[in-house]
Amino acid sequence: MLQITCPWCGPRAESEFSCGGEAHIARPLDTDALSDAQWGDYLFMRKNPKGLHREQWLHSLGCRRWFNAERHTVSYVFSKFYKPGEDPDAPAQQGPAAQGEGA
Amino acid sequence: MSAVRMPQGGERLDRSRSIAFQFNGRAYSGFAGDTLASALLAAGETVLSRSWKYHRPRGILTCGIEEPSALVQLESGGHTIPNAKMPEVELYQGLQAQSVNPWPSLGKQLFSINRWFTPLFPAGFYYKTFMWPAKAWMWYERLIRKAGGLGSAPSEEDTDRYVHQNIHCDVLVVGGGVAGLAAALAAGRSGARVILAELGPALGGGAHRQQGTVDGQLVRDWVRAAEAALAQMPEVRIIRRGVVFGYHDHNFLTIRESLTDHLPLAERQGFRERLWRVRAHQVVLATGAHERPMVFGNNDLPGVMLSSAMADYAQLYGVCVGQRIVLLTNNDSAYDDARVLQAAGAQVTVVDVRGGHSVAGGRVQQAYDAGVTVLRGHVPLQAHGSVAVSGVTVCRMVGDRASGERRHLPCDAIGMAGGWNPAIHLYSHSGGKALWNAVALCFAPGVTMPHQYNVGACKATWSLTQTLAEASDAGAAAATKAGFKAAPQVFQVQEPAVEAIGAFWIAETDAPVSRRAKAFVDYQNDVGASDIELAVREGFESIEHIKRYTAMGFGTDQGKLGNINGMAIAARALGKPIDQVGTTTFRPNYLPISFGTLAGLERGDVFDPARKTSPHECHVAAGALFEDVGQWKRPWYFPQGAETLHEAVHREVLAVRQGVGMLDASTLGKIDIQGPDAAKLLNWLYTNPWLKLEVGKCRYGLMLDENGMVFDDGVTARLGENHFLMTTTTGGAARVLTWMERWVQTEWPGMQVYMTTVTDQWSTFAVVGPKSRTVVERVCHDVDLSAAAFPFMSYRDGTVAGVRSRIMRISFSGELSFEVNVPSHSGAHVWKALMAAGADQGITPYGTETMHVLRAEKGYIIVGQDTDGSISPFDLGMGGMVAKSKDFLGRRSLSRSHTAGPDRKQLVGLLTDDAQLVLPEGAQLTGNAQASPAPVPMLGHVTSSYFSPTLQRSVAMAVVRSGMERMGQKVYAPLVDGRYVPATVCSPVFYDPEGTRHHV
Repeated sequence: MLQITCPWCGPRAESEFSCGGEAHIARPLDTDALSDAQWGDYLFMRKNPKGLHREQWLHSLGCRRWFNAERHTVSYVFSKFYKPGEDPDAPAQQGPAAQGEGA
Repeated sequence: MSAVRMPQGGERLDRSRSIAFQFNGRAYSGFAGDTLASALLAAGETVLSRSWKYHRPRGILTCGIEEPSALVQLESGGHTIPNAKMPEVELYQGLQAQSVNPWPSLGKQLFSINRWFTPLFPAGFYYKTFMWPAKAWMWYERLIRKAGGLGSAPSEEDTDRYVHQNIHCDVLVVGGGVAGLAAALAAGRSGARVILAELGPALGGGAHRQQGTVDGQLVRDWVRAAEAALAQMPEVRIIRRGVVFGYHDHNFLTIRESLTDHLPLAERQGFRERLWRVRAHQVVLATGAHERPMVFGNNDLPGVMLSSAMADYAQLYGVCVGQRIVLLTNNDSAYDDARVLQAAGAQVTVVDVRGGHSVAGGRVQQAYDAGVTVLRGHVPLQAHGSVAVSGVTVCRMVGDRASGERRHLPCDAIGMAGGWNPAIHLYSHSGGKALWNAVALCFAPGVTMPHQYNVGACKATWSLTQTLAEASDAGAAAATKAGFKAAPQVFQVQEPAVEAIGAFWIAETDAPVSRRAKAFVDYQNDVGASDIELAVREGFESIEHIKRYTAMGFGTDQGKLGNINGMAIAARALGKPIDQVGTTTFRPNYLPISFGTLAGLERGDVFDPARKTSPHECHVAAGALFEDVGQWKRPWYFPQGAETLHEAVHREVLAVRQGVGMLDASTLGKIDIQGPDAAKLLNWLYTNPWLKLEVGKCRYGLMLDENGMVFDDGVTARLGENHFLMTTTTGGAARVLTWMERWVQTEWPGMQVYMTTVTDQWSTFAVVGPKSRTVVERVCHDVDLSAAAFPFMSYRDGTVAGVRSRIMRISFSGELSFEVNVPSHSGAHVWKALMAAGADQGITPYGTETMHVLRAEKGYIIVGQDTDGSISPFDLGMGGMVAKSKDFLGRRSLSRSHTAGPDRKQLVGLLTDDAQLVLPEGAQLTGNAQASPAPVPMLGHVTSSYFSPTLQRSVAMAVVRSGMERMGQKVYAPLVDGRYVPATVCSPVFYDPEGTRHHV
């Protein structure tokens, strides 16, 4: 059971959240300009890295807000939680909560 | 074996209280503090079960939770517990237990049938023998299961109750032995919130066997002092009888605390077990180690035990397991046990694999001084005896071969001290990889996982000095990391010098293992050294495959006892070092955990909430039968008298078509959408245009996912310029709201729009049929209900039966219909008022079944029944609803080559040639009129199928490949009974295709 820090509510158990997959995939603005292959890329192609992964989470059984997190897919350690629109490359907040640990 | 209760001794016993119990129907007595194992040993019982495959007599092997053989079925009926391990069962007044595998019988001395046929039961025996013919396996299986079974699953409902509790702590210490206590003391002194979990009823672990002193005290006295000190710390919680059985991500651990199992049945109150769900900032693992058996012939005879278990029985329970005891060892710990047993009155010989001289000031010297006979440089070959041990043959080592002189040592009990396996299970759960320690000869934790410490024997630290130091350091470091000021304690420790362990896995004699007496590795599964060799000979090289082929490490003990010996023997057979063979991975749970513990209070009626609509009790009173739609209880149909489903639906449908009926549609998802950009949002979500919908009008919409496939539909009304009420399918309500929130929050954060679910806030009743206007007029006087003033697909605010209402002229039946929405607290009142107003018109309440028939007669789809996530609006024949002049979610996918391509499955109607025959939903459709050689191309399948009372014939909807081009053609549905049912493809709109009826 992961511990996830909602940027609005603080650290909570994974059972309150649902994962929305890879973050920072913007919907193309002019979809008519895309080839089938380009549109398919937007729909289906995901990085699935072994290592750091930026993903969307929803505090579905809490404040119902979406946010982003950076998680290592091997160790499951969260290195960052940030709100939609915030700079993913800004330095992470310090403190145990950002580790995905701590009571 | 001739175990006896000593006249005194036994730390855990209260000899003033005698406890009566029954085992296999016979009456026994023990003392308070006994376990079932110690009490039966004290009563002189030796054969306590039969082995699984060969039915060899087995006794008690261990004094702990790693016990593989001595299993019992405790109690009966709703209290029964299968496969309880005798050493973990605390004795209570009136306890009743049965051996789980006594067949053919424990009493018959020489009856171990398969034993004489051992060569016929090699590894993989069942796979090889019963593979052909495949059908016969069902027959064989019954006999095999009977012959070799474990406990019986309960047949009655568990009468006990279980509870879950969440808790956070700064430091969780797992294990209440010396290491755990030292860590808890260091952490607890800082004021940190500490939990110390100990699986047994008492703290101390193996301290009673430990030689030496701590700060001048005997180790077990130090334990009592530490326990007292912890009890004074308000932030320290000690959980006894609490086994940590799972170590999950981010330091989430689960503890099963047994609350009542040690009490007589009549005295049990409250919860049987508590599941602690712990989130720990830091974890200190001090789980100790399990002693390893030794592999030699007949090492399963009753009377052969772990050496440490013999000392435990003597020291904790005052039971001396024999008079002449031989301890077989390759390390120092047997000498501590020897001194305990010698002091208990036994005559002890230690046979040590290690040759040469022992270290000065070591345990060997101490034992020798205490009168223990020591035989060094000898290895065990074979134990003797028929149903109990009578002696053991050992052999002098010459170099690394067991080729020297053989000696027969008569004895009535044999102790095995083959070294110690660190209990790395929890470390392994946490993702750690164990490494082979070639000095300590065991698998020990490799890299420590984050926010975790391993201390003491579970890390292969054997010395008391080092254990106390590293445990205290870890406790202090953990508390410091959690934000407290902590410092480790320095202990003054005296202990004997240590002599290194010597390797011994199986005697290296000239005889091949397969020709020797059976030497067991896994006692529960009857896996011998020869079985592992056979597996290797047959080509299995991976330890994971060897495990599965031989069944080593399966069963209730999960290889806690035998796995390392098995790996070493596999390595020997493969000619590889053990670290290249590797170990299997330990996964949760550490011990078998009951389903009740995992379920907690969430069982029976509270397993899943039931959602009921406001007039639910009216439906019950009207005799409705209900169906579950998600968590909702929806009226299915309202039988009158002895009506069948078919008869009731027939009556309800005709009432709606000819008079008036009423449906409780309150479960439909309702989402309130407000804000200046509300229309813009709907324009993105639905395929059709929404910007110009007038206030007071309703519109039907299809919602697509980004793949262009229909995922929900419903009618949305414009209540105001910036205010909409959306309805969704009953099952899709939560999904649609989440979908909308996601887009608004992540993709269009600038949109000025807000939405919330109002499903539970509004009750919705559809008054349907040619007489519906008459009925509604009687209870609604402030709305002009005439067709001219209130046309189809529009909405009005009004008052119904005195309640402020939203009335919509929409229809899911094709009839004139008024959908009355009222606040839910008035729902039952308005339902009753409408029923009363329509009584003289014959108003008929109807359920979901009639609703389905009515909509199918009109060809209206149900998303999720007629669609399956691969159906586009064009496939449904609803291309007219797809706007060309705007973008919307899923639009681009509609022109992808496959989605826009030929030969799509399309929604059509089907009319069977036999008008009385109703096709089964899900029936496959082919172009072949009779059976033909496979593969037969499938054209599609039936999605909805009913008998239409209106049309007096069956109607069906189906998705059929290029269905629109097949109008008028025949397709065939092959049924399970072999019939091929012909049907004609037609429009799915069977009734009133002009749509005149709902406009009146």
